[in-house]
Amino acid sequence: MVTDETNPAERLLLSGNEAVAKASLDAGVALGTGYPGTPSTEILEDFSRIGGQAQWAPNEKVAMEVALGASFTGARTLVTMKHVGLNVAADPLFTAAHTGVTGAMVIVTADDPGMASSQNEQDNRRYAQAAGVPMFEPSDSQDAYDFTLRAIELSERFRTPVLLRVTTRICHSKTVVIPARTVSAPQKPEFNRDIKSRVMIPAYARPAHRRLREKLTQITDWNERSDLNHTIKGNDDLGIIATGISYTHAREAAPEASFLKMGLTWPLPIKTIENFVQSVARCVVVEEGDPILAESLRAAGLAVESKPEPYRFSELNVSRVRRILSGDTSDDPPAPRGKPPALCKGCPHRVSFEILKRLNCIVAGDIGCYTLGVLPPFEAMDTCICMGASIGVGLGLRHVLPDEEARRVVSVIGDGTFVHSGITGLVEMVYNPPRTGHVVLILDNGTTAMTGLQEHPGTGRKLDHQPTNRIVFENLAKSLGIERVEVLDPIKDAEKFERILTESLKSEELCVIIARRPCLLAAKKIREYEQQFAEADIHE
Amino acid sequence: MSNTVTNVVIAGLGGQGVLKASDILASAAFRTGLNVKKSEIHGMSQRGGSVASDVRFGDEVLSPMVPRGEADFMVVLATDQVEVNRGLLRESGVLICPDQIDENAVSNRRSLNVAMLGVLSNHLEIDLPIWLGAIKANLPEKAHDTNIEAFKAGRNATRDAR
Ligand SMILES: Cc1ncc(C[n+]2csc(CCOP(=O)(O)OP(=O)(O)O)c2C)c(N)n1
Ligand code: SF4
Repeated sequence: MVTDETNPAERLLLSGNEAVAKASLDAGVALGTGYPGTPSTEILEDFSRIGGQAQWAPNEKVAMEVALGASFTGARTLVTMKHVGLNVAADPLFTAAHTGVTGAMVIVTADDPGMASSQNEQDNRRYAQAAGVPMFEPSDSQDAYDFTLRAIELSERFRTPVLLRVTTRICHSKTVVIPARTVSAPQKPEFNRDIKSRVMIPAYARPAHRRLREKLTQITDWNERSDLNHTIKGNDDLGIIATGISYTHAREAAPEASFLKMGLTWPLPIKTIENFVQSVARCVVVEEGDPILAESLRAAGLAVESKPEPYRFSELNVSRVRRILSGDTSDDPPAPRGKPPALCKGCPHRVSFEILKRLNCIVAGDIGCYTLGVLPPFEAMDTCICMGASIGVGLGLRHVLPDEEARRVVSVIGDGTFVHSGITGLVEMVYNPPRTGHVVLILDNGTTAMTGLQEHPGTGRKLDHQPTNRIVFENLAKSLGIERVEVLDPIKDAEKFERILTESLKSEELCVIIARRPCLLAAKKIREYEQQFAEADIHE
Repeated sequence: MSNTVTNVVIAGLGGQGVLKASDILASAAFRTGLNVKKSEIHGMSQRGGSVASDVRFGDEVLSPMVPRGEADFMVVLATDQVEVNRGLLRESGVLICPDQIDENAVSNRRSLNVAMLGVLSNHLEIDLPIWLGAIKANLPEKAHDTNIEAFKAGRNATRDAR
């Protein structure tokens, strides 16, 4: 590592998430929006802590739209989400690639290869290609810092949203950062009408798509000349093309090899890559997840080796890269079998699953701490797909099952998840009610527990825990015309809870039961926030 | 190159302070001017499942993860997590577990994580003031005294035994 002796910058030990937050603050990002999701959550929390304006949106789609609006004024914006969040935000993403931005919009997509805390293993590098937006892939926190700044520059220069694609190991690993890079000061936000760029009716969208492709060609040329992809000369027998965290594993696994480390991985600097491939006898692409880079290079006619199929799954590490390089496709040694997570002792969700089990319900479940209701001793969950799916899936089951079975179906959803994407499910229930009615159980523990106790619109507090307007679920449900709406404390009113659920299932009506009691870990904090607020109120 | 990098794995259960301990260790190594990388998976650790964190330091550290069988030191906070993680340790590696310190020496069980760092400190070339600085930088002020006491208890309990 080299520092400029005349201007020795500070030296920090930061996680990738902290590095993105710091770079955003240093670059004058005016607004950070996002939705919690492991491993991306800490970026906005940290951005807020160090003084940035950060806010949680109800879901990723809204987060991206808010940032897009802000970036139309010339402001610099940051949007953060986990990999599946980008599925939710894909609609604005694809069209934002057409409209482009005026200021900067950096979208952090945090993938979770190996699924430490996710419901699927999906490689979001495909979104860069599909939507037609440039993509950076940092290899450590220093890169995360530098690439955030460079993504802001690129976004402004080419007026396009930019993806910063990170993975769990980048987000949560701490490495040394020297924040030496600087960027120009941000523009002052102002509104300049630009209808043809921002109103995507077909007549304006057709030329916009052509402009988008033209931009990608220009960015390719720029990438060919940029220092974002650099070569490390080793011996000529083995060349390795690596991106993201894989680069660090590969350098350790094969210190003697030549390397092409890529930073801006879409659009591909094919000429740069071709020169590298030609400079070595054997060229292997080392990438985590799907063999996307290798396939693209082969499609471009480059003779590169890809990893064998087993290495599509899970994370890479030094030993796995050694095995890739030696062509070893035997099974991975078994991973240490640790103790699986479980609902905390005294968690309010426990009672709900005990009752659901006793009543032999068919449970269309959802995502959160309460998904652990699927494991023993409860084993009281029958489906879990994506956030919000419990309601639609429950309704689908109700529509076609014989009445006897249909009457056992309950949709179980957490409060955070309900706000994220359960509300439209409730609308569907009112619009297309099943013959046998339906029961939606909202497990309202007053927080987004799963991802580390974030606020959401149902808690009445913002990202920084300051009070704001609160969405009241029972009022919302009643306003939709649902008559049977019950609110109870799952622990204090356990008997009543069981009785009401039994009656609701029999009633053949549309029912919403809200089991409201704070998460054990959140309860103390919630009391503190409320106390602070009450004190602030008195002093005003 | 691997000779110049020190590999430490800290393992335990969610809620035991595994990540706090690895933060303190990484911070201490960082303060000596070395290159440091620290890595872990902490998705579900809140719910009491297994947690492990890797800390690597030296002149140049590449991957943030300690390769299996290459840990020089393994600090395990929960005795039932020893077998689970044993494969991470190199043959000549040092295992550090709670039964190496007298239970009564650590007045507050919640500081066990820091007490175990005290045990580890006897094997590393990091000076006491640096350790204390790292502890202070990673914990709220009201926790400083108990944790420094725990650190010293761990350090003294095993000082002669090494
Ligand atoms: C689209 C999407 N965004 C984010 C996540 C990450 N995530 C998993 S569960 C969850 C919310 C959990 O909150 P809640 O429903 O209140 O349940 P709790 O964990 O509090 O029991 C989130 C945000 C996800 N899985 N999918
Ligand atoms: S963190 Fe809260 S919601 Fe999650 S299992 Fe523990 S008590 Fe329950």
